[in-house]
Amino acid sequence: MSDLEDKLYTVKYTPDTVSHLQPVQECCRVCKSKVCTTICPAGVYEWDESKQKLIVNFENCLECGACRIACESCSLGWEYPKGTKGVTFKQG
Amino acid sequence: MENRENKTEVIVVGGGPAGISCAITIARAGKEVVLIERGKFAGSKNVFGGAIYAKPTREIFPDFEKTAPLERKNVEHKYALLGEEDATVISYKKKHEVPESYTVIRAKFDRWMAEEAKKEGVILVEETVVRELIVKDGFVKGVRTELEDYYADIVVLADGVNSLLAKQVGLRGDLKPEDVALSVKEVIKLPAEKINDRFHVNDGEGCIYEIFGGAMLGMLGLGFMYTNKNSVSIGLGVALSELVERGLRPYDLLDKLKKHPEIEPLIKDGELLEYSAHLIPEGGYKKVPLLFGAGVMVCGDAAMFVNNMHWEGTNLAMISGKIAGETAVIALGKRDFSENALSHYQEELEDSFIIKDLRTYKDLMSGVGERAGEFLGYYPQKINSFFEMFTSVDSVPKRDKYHKFIKSIFTDRKIVELFKDFWVAVKLLWSILK
Repeated sequence: MSDLEDKLYTVKYTPDTVSHLQPVQECCRVCKSKVCTTICPAGVYEWDESKQKLIVNFENCLECGACRIACESCSLGWEYPKGTKGVTFKQG
Repeated sequence: MENRENKTEVIVVGGGPAGISCAITIARAGKEVVLIERGKFAGSKNVFGGAIYAKPTREIFPDFEKTAPLERKNVEHKYALLGEEDATVISYKKKHEVPESYTVIRAKFDRWMAEEAKKEGVILVEETVVRELIVKDGFVKGVRTELEDYYADIVVLADGVNSLLAKQVGLRGDLKPEDVALSVKEVIKLPAEKINDRFHVNDGEGCIYEIFGGAMLGMLGLGFMYTNKNSVSIGLGVALSELVERGLRPYDLLDKLKKHPEIEPLIKDGELLEYSAHLIPEGGYKKVPLLFGAGVMVCGDAAMFVNNMHWEGTNLAMISGKIAGETAVIALGKRDFSENALSHYQEELEDSFIIKDLRTYKDLMSGVGERAGEFLGYYPQKINSFFEMFTSVDSVPKRDKYHKFIKSIFTDRKIVELFKDFWVAVKLLWSILK
């Protein structure tokens, strides 16, 4: 298990079935930096080179909003998860 | 459609310190107020260092020390300048008779505040996300949630740093990576006695570390440690723009910080309780949005109310919430919710420490950011190398060592850099003290 997985294992989530994060894949394909894959503190975004697609592990999202602001093409569809879903911090 | 069932006097969006302080102020004046929180409970989506400040908290909750879930009262502030492997630490300790600040766990403390607000008549609606504001004839008239529309005479936005709602109604533009810091934090479980021993405090007393350099050498970023009853919070916040430019992963920096020889013994053998992340508004005075419009006010993080020099946020949130609440009560009394009526909020803020302090430090982040490599890289290392020289015993005559050190200040880098540092430092000092 990676260090990040160990960290995320401590977080309580109530995942939704649909993603609250909606990248525009056409923009991701031409995005040079793919900065979301590095800055996300939960490693939500992974670039699949073979499929040329951004994979979004939205159920790990900590809802910080960094990806929305950092997105190079400002194309990321970002909203809060539904009221009953997402992260619940116990030690914030 | 608006009807008697779905209409109230004030809706406050966001159950953090700003929203709760606002709502309770309105309820205490006998007005009807609904507080909407998107998390399972107030505090469940919130993250901070951190400490709350006693005086501002007493302004909202005069007797909070009797019943609020507090961790430790802080008696010591440590400023740690970390080199790659060494550290210079300055410490200030005072046991105030009346405590200045307490560490708290937000999931407990914010929840407690919300419960207090309920006791005073605030209607708390949890697990509800406000998706947009309802605007009619130029007035904010209510909120649209996933399920229903709710109407109010005034809507107060205390929806946090990302405030999509303030953006929707044009009170603020898009945030840029240089306007925020991305913070990651770990809460590490340790027995209270170990915390007492390692941080040199007694039961119930706490110690705050402010950390410069180390894993963040040369970056616009700072680390922090706070002691809780049975855990230690350690984290760092780095300008999002730095992380983007350098392609760094925030948790890698935190892992590196945790391994620094100054830090590692403090958290050794601790068990990770929870990892978290949050954005900190760092834009300061220049990025404060429009604070009010017809039928709407913005407070707390949503209004960029963070004093990054002094690590203050929750106090600015509480007091701005209180002022927004007072403004709402006056407006309700006059039945006037126009921009003109709510401009009272801005006037009061301008008169308070909130806008005054933000204005004092308006050039700080850009100034330090401009020379981050120097002020948060070169100099912390240089201070450490001074003490390394000063403490070394190696049969080299002391005067030779002093000369060598002084010479190095002029030869480490191009001499013009020294003038630039001096110029920016003077400019910054002037902007703060003038």
